[in-house]
Amino acid sequence: MTELALTVNGEPRRLPGPATLLDLLAHLGLDPRTVVVELNREIVRRPRLGETGLAEGDTVELVHFVGGG
Amino acid sequence: MTTIVPETVTDAPLAIGGRSFRSRLMVGTGKYRTNEAMVRAIEASGAEIVTVAVRRVDLDRTKEEGVLYHLSPDQYFLLANTAGCYTADEAVRYARLGREAGFNNFVKLEVIGDRETLLPDTEGLLAAARTLVGEGFQVLAYTNDDLITALRLEDAGCAAVMPLASPIGSGLGLVDPYGIRTIKRRLTVPVIVDAGVGTASDACLTMEQGVDGILMNTALAEAKDPAAMARAMGLAVEAGRLAFLAGRMPRREIAVPSSPTSGMLE
Repeated sequence: MTELALTVNGEPRRLPGPATLLDLLAHLGLDPRTVVVELNREIVRRPRLGETGLAEGDTVELVHFVGGG
Repeated sequence: MTTIVPETVTDAPLAIGGRSFRSRLMVGTGKYRTNEAMVRAIEASGAEIVTVAVRRVDLDRTKEEGVLYHLSPDQYFLLANTAGCYTADEAVRYARLGREAGFNNFVKLEVIGDRETLLPDTEGLLAAARTLVGEGFQVLAYTNDDLITALRLEDAGCAAVMPLASPIGSGLGLVDPYGIRTIKRRLTVPVIVDAGVGTASDACLTMEQGVDGILMNTALAEAKDPAAMARAMGLAVEAGRLAFLAGRMPRREIAVPSSPTSGMLE
């Protein structure tokens, strides 16, 4: 069991590895249908979240729609 | 309530990027005091196109609610914006995220050039517009009331050009009717006035210039009663559009009597 050090939405996070992006969302309690995921500045589409592995030092952005004009 | 439209005046639906819309009023979802007030106002406005922003999910709140918890994408056409972006690269990144989160390939493109006035960086705006059009986006570009920039945005392939009435969130109303009329006269793509409208008369006056629609947010969100203001805005947009189509009388600087001048008593 290793631990991955990630940066998620600008903050350091640790996640038990090996892990995929889908594992990260589950760990954070997020429904994959409600967020868009960027891994190291590249968008990862929903169907690929479960097959995209995370590596030490990865930067992840999790975004959604909020109120705006 | 019935809407009476005279048979002599016909209006085509608003067509943008291959889609057609009944309402010429578009509304934002920001700055409402509560989500309930936002939903009621949007319903009362009659708008179909509703703008949203792309932001990080707040990981520390247990019940961070995105706007989709309150607005059904089946009921409204969600238009993602790139608000808060100060460079073309940043705006392109946000547009791509918005397309991925969203339900269409439309984007309301903003590249802001100045924090105090929130006026657009037209150079960055054009660069981002060209990139996004190349990637298949339908770009609705927020710009100033400068004709040359508007023409270049149209040349770049934007689906609509969105000049401001006055700065974002200012509520100053339509500052330059001449500039807006000129842009409308010279462009082929729809011209949607975005930002600055404060109250119903501003919306009506703006539509009377012949533009294709208006996008507003703060005028509703900061009204004492957002739903009532939304209804007023919906009526004003319709009234202004109808007045434009009806064709106003000429302005004269002398009086002309409305009653017959003949048949007066001796």
